[in-house]
Amino acid sequence: MSKSDDRALRRQDDQEAQRLLSGVARNLDRTAFAELFDAFAPKVKSVMMRKGATHELAEDLVQETMIAVWTKAGLYDPTRGAVSTWIFTIARNLWIDRHRRDGVMPLTVLDDYDPPSGEAGSDEVVWRKQEAQLIAQYLDEIPPEQKEPLILSFVEGMAQGEIARRLNLPLGTVKSRVRLAYGRLRKKLEVLQ
Amino acid sequence: MNIHHHLDAATLSAFAAGTLDGALSVVAASHISSCSACRAAALKAEQVGGGLLASLEAAAVSEDCRAQTLERLDRATLHRFPAKASSKSEFPAPLARLLPGMRLADLKWKTKAPGWAMVDLPLPAGSRGKLFLVRVGAGKSMPLHGHGGSEITLILSGAYNDRLGRFAPGDVADLDEAVEHEPVAEADQPCICLVATEAPTRFKSRMVRLVQPFIGV
Repeated sequence: MSKSDDRALRRQDDQEAQRLLSGVARNLDRTAFAELFDAFAPKVKSVMMRKGATHELAEDLVQETMIAVWTKAGLYDPTRGAVSTWIFTIARNLWIDRHRRDGVMPLTVLDDYDPPSGEAGSDEVVWRKQEAQLIAQYLDEIPPEQKEPLILSFVEGMAQGEIARRLNLPLGTVKSRVRLAYGRLRKKLEVLQ
Repeated sequence: MNIHHHLDAATLSAFAAGTLDGALSVVAASHISSCSACRAAALKAEQVGGGLLASLEAAAVSEDCRAQTLERLDRATLHRFPAKASSKSEFPAPLARLLPGMRLADLKWKTKAPGWAMVDLPLPAGSRGKLFLVRVGAGKSMPLHGHGGSEITLILSGAYNDRLGRFAPGDVADLDEAVEHEPVAEADQPCICLVATEAPTRFKSRMVRLVQPFIGV
């Protein structure tokens, strides 16, 4: 499958995921939820395993994440990004919470920048949708040396210092690659301005 | 709030990924709570996370896990409305959470040197960082210091100037280990800042400092 086919699929996936999620939010639609489970649970499990979770812990966190998808479906705000982004943030917070309970990681307050979600204008929703498409494109195009620290950070959950050690690079180099990656993202999204 | 100094893209990325040290996260979140530019940037970074999640290879989930999840749906309590932030605190919400019911006037300042005082703030175990408030008296300066690691400073009240510019409420100085600075509070009032550092112990001996990265302290 070519990259552009793949992107088209993801775009469709997100529209489909939004439809399923609104079925859960409005009608407690269990069939829609089961479809969301089949689409996202394996991805969430994959993230958890790559962060170092055992098979058992990963499935435990998959359950927690997907239950949160069920209970919080009404809070999903399409102006904040794709459904995959929303599920990513839930999984991330649960991972951190789990570590906090175990006394390994300290308090973080990642939800605090959640703006109270008002009614989103349809223009904004369309705009966000384009943004999500461009971000998917961007992830396909980004040079490997800039993508690698992002994967290690977002997927494997490594701090920048750990990434530097893993890649055998000075911390400053890791940080400047991350900055370059976001500079490139800003450029990519300029067409939306 | 007119904000001129923002978080570094590398800091925002780590924050969105959930890998930023806890102490630094409190300051980053406090800044983001009043900075729409950094909030937008953090949301973009989260979308990078979502995009990466979507592109991952799937890991097979057991039939048990699926069945148990579906079975739990009936017992799960639904969250239909976002919890209202009822905080009327003088502190940014992420900081107020660490200081429940506290007011600025309740803080027990410890004078460290003429003109400046500190309050250590609680952090759950596990953070490699430190979190504290600093109050620099009107017209006074903080001694010149470098950083063993990252340091993020959020100005809560008053303002200071250093070679990086003027820092007023809402501004954040997101500095890495290479930066040295000597902030001077403006003359009209004390400057109160929330500071997080992830500084490893700094040894006076140059020899120890040289091997520090390798002996892991």
